[in-house]
This record gives sequence, structure tokens and C-alpha cells, in this order.
Amino acid sequence: MSYNEMFEGEAVREPYARLRDWVQTMPDDFRQMKQAEAEALFRRIGITFAVYGEGGDPDRLIPFDMMPRVFEQAEWRRLERGIKQRARALNAFLRDVYGRGEIIRAGRIPARLVYQNDAYEKSVVGFVPPRGVYSHIIGIDLVRTAKDEFYVLEDNCRTPSGVSYMLENREIMMRMFPQLFRGSRIEPVDQYPELLRRTLESVAPAKCRERPTCVILTPGHYNSAYYEHSFLANLMGVELVEGQDLFVDGEFVYMRTTTGPRRVDVIYRRIDDLFLDPLCFRPDSMLGIPGLMDVYRSGGVSICSAPGAGVADDKAIYTFVPEMVRFYLGEEPILNNVQTWTLWKEDDRRYVLEHLPELVVKEVHGSGGYGMLVGPKSTSAEIEAFRAKIIADPCNYIAQPTLALSTCPTFVDEGIAPRHVDLRPFCLCGDRIELVPGGLTRVALREGSLVVNSSQGGGVKDTWVLSE
Amino acid sequence: MLSRTASNLFWMGRHLERAETAARLLDVGQRITLLPNTEAGYRNEWNSLLRASGSADIFASRYGEATQEKIEEFIFFDRDNPSSVVSCMEKAREAGRIVRTALTSQVWDALNVGYQELRKIEKMPRAQVDTASLTDFTTAHTSTVRGAINATQLRNDGWHFMHLGYSLERADATARLLDVKYFVLLPRIEFVGSGLDSYQWQVILRALSAHRSYHWAYGGDITAAQVADFLILNGESPRSLITSLYEAVWHLEGLARRYGEQVPTEARDKAREVLNALQGRNIDMIFDEGLHEFLSWFIRELSTVSNLVHHDYLLGGA
Repeated sequence: MSYNEMFEGEAVREPYARLRDWVQTMPDDFRQMKQAEAEALFRRIGITFAVYGEGGDPDRLIPFDMMPRVFEQAEWRRLERGIKQRARALNAFLRDVYGRGEIIRAGRIPARLVYQNDAYEKSVVGFVPPRGVYSHIIGIDLVRTAKDEFYVLEDNCRTPSGVSYMLENREIMMRMFPQLFRGSRIEPVDQYPELLRRTLESVAPAKCRERPTCVILTPGHYNSAYYEHSFLANLMGVELVEGQDLFVDGEFVYMRTTTGPRRVDVIYRRIDDLFLDPLCFRPDSMLGIPGLMDVYRSGGVSICSAPGAGVADDKAIYTFVPEMVRFYLGEEPILNNVQTWTLWKEDDRRYVLEHLPELVVKEVHGSGGYGMLVGPKSTSAEIEAFRAKIIADPCNYIAQPTLALSTCPTFVDEGIAPRHVDLRPFCLCGDRIELVPGGLTRVALREGSLVVNSSQGGGVKDTWVLSE
Repeated sequence: MLSRTASNLFWMGRHLERAETAARLLDVGQRITLLPNTEAGYRNEWNSLLRASGSADIFASRYGEATQEKIEEFIFFDRDNPSSVVSCMEKAREAGRIVRTALTSQVWDALNVGYQELRKIEKMPRAQVDTASLTDFTTAHTSTVRGAINATQLRNDGWHFMHLGYSLERADATARLLDVKYFVLLPRIEFVGSGLDSYQWQVILRALSAHRSYHWAYGGDITAAQVADFLILNGESPRSLITSLYEAVWHLEGLARRYGEQVPTEARDKAREVLNALQGRNIDMIFDEGLHEFLSWFIRELSTVSNLVHHDYLLGGA
């Protein structure tokens, strides 16, 4: 039985007390009217994710559920400590593996998993980015299974997306239901763009002497997250650039403007490592800036997240994050990892192959809910097919128990019903570590479904943290 | 401002203007087909109009002989025709989407709503769409966008770039149309007083939405010299070469003032020079030097100005 975040039996949990009245006194036609209004607002503002090449409307909406998800202050404080702790450990790990590799010398993490990892970037070994920060925006995906039990599903150290939904969900809720906010003491989240800008400015490169010029680097308007890129650029008051707008001249990177070249100090990139610099990575990439990596390594520009940061967030390294917390910080981890069987270990493999129908098996490098087996939801034929894949290449897989994700009340056709949710808060790492009180709550709108990905029937909710 | 942003705003203006030009051609063409086909040459009007839009070759290779349906498909709907209304509106909207943050929400709304409307029209069975409603839709849409731009955009460099696109495109379209039809404007003795020449001149005026304003400006009969004067040298005529160029110069002056001395002003200097040359002529001098020669010179100079805009502002100094 999964944990219901609003109800304990018949009783309403404290943080949801006000919302109960709101939901129960809301007439059906009012709800439908508001739902339509929300959708019209999303469309009008243009909060869509673009899907090209599949036919149909290229501008899609992610379903928005008006019922907020609520945390009380004490719950949040604990989560916050856990998230920040994890963020510090991940950055310490990156600093270490591109330096002396103490954690590997100490035998806590197998060298192979790090140095032979596809995401390990040999070209930046020995270079320490400003303030020793590699991953500046970390999205940590969490699920809840009980009142005080949270598990980290995965860390996103490269370019986590979704923060525009966190901000816009809140804007739309405040616009549609101002009365809900008046008496509720809900912590604001709209300082995020400002904090992000400060974080980026705080990691300006050594050669930058004046107030740093930051830009967001996007793959372009065909990218599904383009709206988010332009939204953040607008709120931060920085330019949104593509690779073709930037060029290297001597020791620095410049952008092409109508008044001539202008120096760029910090690049918040929303493109993968491989596409950053065709001279260093993929020679066929049209997106990159030739020579960028040379400028980066000589301290002429900062790149956020740093090239190579991805080695901290793949699923094989994930199992060692609690170990990193102990090793680098000398603390016990506040947030749990999900128990994970690594299939290259013989004992683990034997156990997993015997228990496939109960487990979730994932590809080490997969994402977006693809390339995985959800044992309890699969046919025996699917399980057998997956078994063959595992035996052929065990190093490519990990397995986890099927978690009972918590539920949150959600508007459905028949009224209101519990649906499974997860949470992605966005932690900022610069001269300080910052976390706005909130995050993106994704909800599996189909009854019983555990998959919250928007490509597979997931929606989003506003996420509230109540102040004292 | 990023050079790419400026470039997108510039091309947004150009494509909106070009969509309007295409819609106007469609309107004129429609009118031609309503006439009896007894006088030789009326059908050929289509060919000259397609030549004016620079797409006669594509049409011939893809559609063969011109019929009303084929022309409508080609000028309005065909995405393989880079000058069709659909192509231009789509490119304008895409440019707007890329530079969303440089547009007010009203301008984006106008661009986006018109585009959604266009997609609905595209899906309708062709038999249910009449030509007049297509041209009306296009001019209404482009006017809404233009109105939103003028009512809500900051008068900053982005605004100058949009209008630079509009005005250079308009000068170019008028010049090309005149050039394709220059032979009917030349005072040749065998045409004078025949029904053909006066009708052809009307076609030109209509193609530029200028047949009524012409009468207001000159009154009386349509003569070749007056038509040419109206479309080249008349500062009241909104689509004349001189008016369009004057606006381009005005916006280039605005950019030069805003950006100061460290940014090159070759485009402004060149545009000024061409404008001076226009102002120093009258229509008789133009006819004396040869209308075609004059228009060829003008189109060439215009393309030089365009290239200099690119060079001064859109390369980003790299």
C-alpha cells in the first residue's frame, strides 16, 4: 500500500487541511472552467515542448493538475539538508576523479567504472574549474514511500530540465487562485532565476575582471526544451545564444552582436559535452564552437555544467553516492539510495535473474523511461527477452526493487483520486549552495501507473513548501 | 543585441512583406482570369507576375500550363515555393519564435494566432476556399502584426531592424514588378490609346494596391509617365521606390545614432547616396536614360545596401 500524502485513513494530514475545504467546496463546472483557463494560459504564454517529426501539432502541452502537492516546513528542511549534502558530495567526487582519484586509491569505487566510463572526459583531467564546482545545477529525482522515507532515484548533474514548469505552475496557480495563497504562508520560488544568475556569476573564470557576462547556450529552437531556455534567458536578462553566435578569438570567447564582438565569461550550456567543441569532441558537430575547450582550460571562460560532469550521474556511479558522502564529507547520508543490484557482480546477478518479475531493471546509460523492464507490469515473454539481454551484457544493467511511490490527490474525470508522484528539486552550486523551497512534481495521470515521464502520460503539479 | 537576433527580426519583416506581395499578386491574377481571353496576351500576364516574384521557372517546371487552381496552389499554399504566402508566413513566425524574447507578447500573439489560422485554412478542401478570402486573410494578418509592432514594440534597435526588413523588401518588390512590365510603360506609339496599354497599367497599379490612390493623386486618365512617376518618385505613394527607400534610410540613421561611431555605417551611407540620386531625378530623365536601365541600377544598389546591412550589423564583427 503506498503512502497517501494527503490522507491518513479518513483524516487529513496537517499541511493539506486548508486544501481539503477548497477541493470539497469546488463545484464541478467551476473546476472545468478553471482547467480550461489553465490550459489556455499555458498555450498563450507558449509553455509547450516542441515535438518535431512526429506529425500533428508540434507544440504540445504537458497536462497541468491544479491540485498542489504540499510539504510542511520540517519535512522540507530535512529534504533540503539531504539534497545539499548530496550536491556537495557529487562535486567533491568530480573534483577528485579529475584530480588524484583518492576515492579510487582508497578502494571505495572500482577504477573501471570511472575511468572507462563514456562520460569521463579525459581532456579536462587536471583542470579545476572556478571554485572547484563541476555541476552547478543538480536535479535530484526523489520519490517518497512513507512519512519520513525518501529515496533518490537518480542524480542529474549535466543539464536537468523542468525548472520552467516549477516557475510557471506557480505563476498560473497564483493567478487563478489568489485566495488560496493569501492565508497559506507558501514559500515563494520566483527567486530562482536571480539565484541562478548569481550562481553563474560566482563561477566566472580567473581572467574575468569585471562583472561577468553570462549567456545560455541552446541547441536551437527545434530542441524540445527551447521554451525553457528562452524563458530562463528572459528572466535572467542574459542572451540566449546558439553555437553559431559564439566564436573564439585568442584567449577568449565572443558573441556576435550588432555592435561587434562582445566577450562572454560564463556559458550555461544546454547542450551535451559532445557538441561543445568540434575540435575536441565530435568533428562533425554543427552546434559547437571550435576552440572553446582551449579557452576553457586556460581560464578564459566558464562552462556550466563543466565538461565531464556527467560521470557523476550515471546509474553505475549512482550506487556509490552514499559512499561519497561518507568519504568526502565524513557524514552519514540523509537521503537513501534505492537498493540497487549491479549485475556485473555475480551474487547480485544471480539474485536478479531469479527475481525478475518483482524488479525494475534499467540500462546503465538509459534515460527518459526507455530501455527498462518493469517486472510487475511485464509479460513473461517480455521478461524472458530482457533476461537474454542481461545475460549477453550484464555490465550494462542495474536492478532495483519496485518502489511503492507515494500518491497525491489529483483531479481526474470523476473528481479527485490518488495518483503516484515524484519530485525534482533544483540545487544550485556556486560560491554557495542554494535550493529554492519547491521543485517540479510530476504525476502519473493514469490510474496505478508508476511512470511519470511526460512522454508516457505524465503531468505536473505546483509544489508548495509551507513556512513556519 | 545578438547579430542573430537582429537578423531574425530583419527577416521577419522581409517575409511578412513578401507574404503580402504574394497575396496581392494572387488578387491581380484572379482578376486577369475573369477577363475574356480574346485579346492576345492576357494569359501571359500570369507569367510576367510570376517573373516579378522570381518564381516563374519553378512554376513552369512543377505545374506546366497556368490555370487558376494551379496558380492559387503555387502562390498561396506551396511550401516548395519559397515566396508563397504559406512559406513566408511560416518563416516569419519561425523567426519570431526564435527571438521570442525580443518581441512583445502582443506581437507574438498576432504572429502565432495568424499562423494557427493559416494551418486551419491549409487543411480545408481547396474547393471551399475562394481566392478573395485568401488574399483578405493574408493582408488582415500582416496588418495585425504590423499594427502590434507599431503599437507595442520598444523603439529600439530591434524595431529598426524589423522595419528595415519591411522597407527594403517593399522597395525591391515594387522595382521588380516595374522592371518586368517596363515595356508597357515605355511610351510606344502603337500602344497609345489602345485598350491594352491602359489595362496593363491598371494591372500594375492593382498589383501594388495603388489603383485608387493613383486616382486621388493624379486624377484623370492613366498614363505611362504618371504611373511610373507614382511608383518611383512620388513621396506620398506608400509603396513607391522613394518612399520605401526613405524609410530604410530613416531606420539606418536610427541605428547609426544609437550605436555611435565605433560601429560601421556603410549601409546608411550607401542608402543615403541612392536616395539622393532618386531625389535628383524626374520621370523624364528616367525615361531618357531608359526605364529598364534605371530599374536594374536601382535593384543592384538595393542589394548592395542589403549586403552592407549584413556586413555592418549581422556578422558580429567576426
